[in-house]
Amino acid sequence: MLPFCFEWTWNVDHIIFFGLLYSALTIVGTCVVIAVVKTVTQVFGFTRERHF
Amino acid sequence: MDSKLLPEGVERCSFGMFLLWMLPWVAILAWGGLAAFLCLIKGLNQTNMSNVFAFALWIVFDLGVIALGAGAFFSGFLTYVVGKKELKNIINAAVIIGFICYSGATAMLGIDIGQPIRGWFIFWHANIHSMLVEVSFCITCYLGVLIVEFVPIILENRKLDQIKELHIFGHNLHHIMGVIAASGTFLSFFHQGSLGGMFGVLYGRPFAARDGFYIWPWTFFLFVLSAIASGPCFTILCTKLTEMLTRKKLVPDNAIQLLAKISGWLLSIYMVLKIADTLVWIYDIAPRAGFKFMDFYREGPYGVWLVVAELIVCGIIPAIMLMTPKLRENQGLLVIACLLNCTGIILNRFVFIIVTLAIPVMPFDRFFSYIPTWQEWAIGFAVVAYGFIVFSLSYRYLPVFPKERELNPVAG
Repeated sequence: MLPFCFEWTWNVDHIIFFGLLYSALTIVGTCVVIAVVKTVTQVFGFTRERHF
Repeated sequence: MDSKLLPEGVERCSFGMFLLWMLPWVAILAWGGLAAFLCLIKGLNQTNMSNVFAFALWIVFDLGVIALGAGAFFSGFLTYVVGKKELKNIINAAVIIGFICYSGATAMLGIDIGQPIRGWFIFWHANIHSMLVEVSFCITCYLGVLIVEFVPIILENRKLDQIKELHIFGHNLHHIMGVIAASGTFLSFFHQGSLGGMFGVLYGRPFAARDGFYIWPWTFFLFVLSAIASGPCFTILCTKLTEMLTRKKLVPDNAIQLLAKISGWLLSIYMVLKIADTLVWIYDIAPRAGFKFMDFYREGPYGVWLVVAELIVCGIIPAIMLMTPKLRENQGLLVIACLLNCTGIILNRFVFIIVTLAIPVMPFDRFFSYIPTWQEWAIGFAVVAYGFIVFSLSYRYLPVFPKERELNPVAG
């Protein structure tokens, strides 16, 4: 059993389905975390703000 | 009254006029709220759904708005992944429309499942062989993606932009938008497809069932293609409606023309495949299940006119209009073509949902009719009203159209 799936079993179907789902969530989550961390470091002056 | 919140250098109507414009939409939303309250308190007996019509008006609305909302992911894909720079002038509007469509559909599904308090069961007890589970996962995740895409637009509000932290955060979010758009494309591809796949695997319903490739029936690919063909047209329609209401030009012609051209070509490819699919269904799949084509249209109001309307009037005709430069450059014809395209997609979803369930399958079955109750209509229209409210607020307070100031210089 893994978090967020009560009936988890170690087979290809579950691994592909949840693997793709968790990959997508990880990518989106990581991007948002990167944006937050960059903002915090720029606000506190650890890195320079980039102008677009 | 709210002038300090309005984007700089653009004209907006007075606050009173804006409130007057919002009033009917708020009233419809309240009407939908009442209907939703009744459904949640008294149960789904407030609807005319039954064991036959477990999918009904709300699912037609859902699948319709999700297909039309595909403009967000496809425009995002074209802008950030393919690199079509001219679409940056319309991408904000596409994202907001996508957000409205997906959040509206999700809210409606919350009522449709009867007990939204148990909505999380689909995630916790995931049946990974169910197309609907894939749809639920992808729609929820993609709504999250749309929120991430919408936030930087909100942060560009004149007042919010003055807060340094939010200004920097907004810019940093813009910086990751390429990856977010690519993730959105992946999620959208699968849920648009699975919505179609869900009907293609209904082997007990020869009207909808189709053959396919590996585990995916052809309807999987047709739904993806039809969504990316109609989504951009819906974005164009919303933009043109805003231009008409505000009496302003908001998006440069090259962006609209590019979207219309891409939409036209995708629609034409879709029509070729859809006609091939229909012919295979008529001459192979239906006969194998013991049906002739006309058996499906013997009873009830759903006749062959539906096929003609979907394939010819709302399919081939708009495809030709959108592919032909001279026709799509005419603003009136462009709007008509986009309207027909979007109508065709709604009709397609209606046919797959309602007609599939209405048509008798067994010799002793009868034709099942279904008329939605006022509660069903109210919740459906509430989603439309919600869309008008969110888009109106966004247009008033956010720089939705980056070229608006340039295209409409304010005197003085």
